[in-house]
Amino acid sequence: MSLTADEVRKIAYLARLAIREADVPAYSRNLSAILEFVEQMNAVDTLGVEPMAHPLRSVQRLRPDEVNEHNQREQFLAMAPQTEAGLYLVPKVIE
Amino acid sequence: MHNYTLAQLAAGLRAGEFSSEELTRTCLARIERFNPALNAFITVIPERALDQAKAADQRIRAGEGGPLTGVPIAHKDIFCTQGVRTSCGSRMLDNFIAPYDATVVEKCDAAGLVMVGKTNMDEFAMGSSNETSCYGPVKNPWDLTAVPGGSSGGSAAAVAARLVPAATGTDTGGSIRQPAALCGVTGLKPTYGRVSRWGMIAYASSLDQGGALARSAEDVALVLQVMAGFDPRDSTSVDQEAPDYQAALDDSIAGVRIGLPREYFGDGLAAEVVECVQEAVAEYRRLGAEVMEISMPNTRLAVPAYYVVAPAECSSNLARYDGVRYGYRCQDPQDLLDLYTRSRGEAFGAEVKRRILVGTYALSAGYYDAYYLKAQQIRRLISDDYQRAFAEVDLILGPTSPTVAFNLGEKTGDPVTMYLSDIYTIPVNLAGLPGLSIPVGFVKGRPVGMQLVGNYFSEARLLNAAHRYQQVTDWHARAPAGF
Repeated sequence: MSLTADEVRKIAYLARLAIREADVPAYSRNLSAILEFVEQMNAVDTLGVEPMAHPLRSVQRLRPDEVNEHNQREQFLAMAPQTEAGLYLVPKVIE
Repeated sequence: MHNYTLAQLAAGLRAGEFSSEELTRTCLARIERFNPALNAFITVIPERALDQAKAADQRIRAGEGGPLTGVPIAHKDIFCTQGVRTSCGSRMLDNFIAPYDATVVEKCDAAGLVMVGKTNMDEFAMGSSNETSCYGPVKNPWDLTAVPGGSSGGSAAAVAARLVPAATGTDTGGSIRQPAALCGVTGLKPTYGRVSRWGMIAYASSLDQGGALARSAEDVALVLQVMAGFDPRDSTSVDQEAPDYQAALDDSIAGVRIGLPREYFGDGLAAEVVECVQEAVAEYRRLGAEVMEISMPNTRLAVPAYYVVAPAECSSNLARYDGVRYGYRCQDPQDLLDLYTRSRGEAFGAEVKRRILVGTYALSAGYYDAYYLKAQQIRRLISDDYQRAFAEVDLILGPTSPTVAFNLGEKTGDPVTMYLSDIYTIPVNLAGLPGLSIPVGFVKGRPVGMQLVGNYFSEARLLNAAHRYQQVTDWHARAPAGF
């Protein structure tokens, strides 16, 4: 499997990751090498093997629906790059 | 004082031979002196550490101290620490002051351990050499031209250079065990779910597990005792009480069955590393263990499967870094898309970007079955290999990494070659098992690590087997020259 420059740009867009145009060939090369390496998996037949998503067969625990955290809005907003009137600010989204 | 083990330091503090303040000052002075050469710490917090030390001294004087009260420790900079920068080795979080403590940090604080600082690491724990940190590489104390391993490279180097008696680490594909091996210290990755992941910045959530690095198995046991246990805030934390990890340390290992997977002694493994590991096997035979060859036929598929599962989980975990709520934001974004893409593009390093891209590709429409599903099926085969092996043996033994520490810059140009340095550690994470690395010799002055793997929740047995070996050998007690 080798990834073309266009495919690299498309994946980068999907991942919302700006990559420099000059770096596209290197990403194309490196990602192709990684995918080629990963495709060694195809050497083994896994038909009927149950996928393992998680090491432990754990079930999601439930807890009583009780308030266990206090509002820390000010503290969290203080970490944000830009806020106003208790809101996070981003560039204009709606025209 | 810095040559004492953690167990000796804890005993000295309790006996009043020295105070936590004196001990903490010693550690801080050593960090100040040696960190410029090693770059093992991203953040050092002398004032806070001395406050904690004085509080510990009061507790000890009042007879209220626990076993480790007053002992200094360093936390990998992946554990959130309230009021102290938690960077994860990334420009993305260079300005991030965590608003809460990780459970691990909270537990260490409650035990009276003194946090002296945050250790350097590969960016978001993605790397095997500590060269992907945005704060620059850590140097190996045994040879400053060599890498310390990664991603917990700062923790391993800080312990090896005796800047701190112990440090926390995290291990997703070998990030505690491989740097422990390359720096000649003891490092344990517990069973998945044994140590809380709450407040531990996520890389690949089904593989990430916190653990400890120290100079001996006994010291690791002491730290694990503090870290381990159920945490309702981590949905994958195991609701099972941690046993007493010291209780079984001295047990005889006569009759313990140790399996050597023939696949762990194959291609790509340095001959000198094999010699050291075989010498350790002979030592185990002398201690009465029964050693037998076993087979783990799917071992070679582990690294390929890992480089689908881990990047897939990484691509979704790291989607949270959007330049909106915290972390890095680019200058003058034109619109929301520009804000997202440029903030992420400017703040993530090359290896993190590669893994996000591989993961995004593997999870994208039309490729899911070929990559992600296939990798999860292989994960099952690898886990089955272990369970078959544990029907015959109690422990699995092999090298931790195929070579000793490589030179700085040696593998940075070729990601796949770098990935293969975790060939023996990755399968353990895929299965969620506990694994431990201990030093078993040197090749041209660089340490060799040996890995022991046990079945789920067998940490006490792993520590016991490592401790018994360390009672009859002194590899773990050697110190790098110049520190």
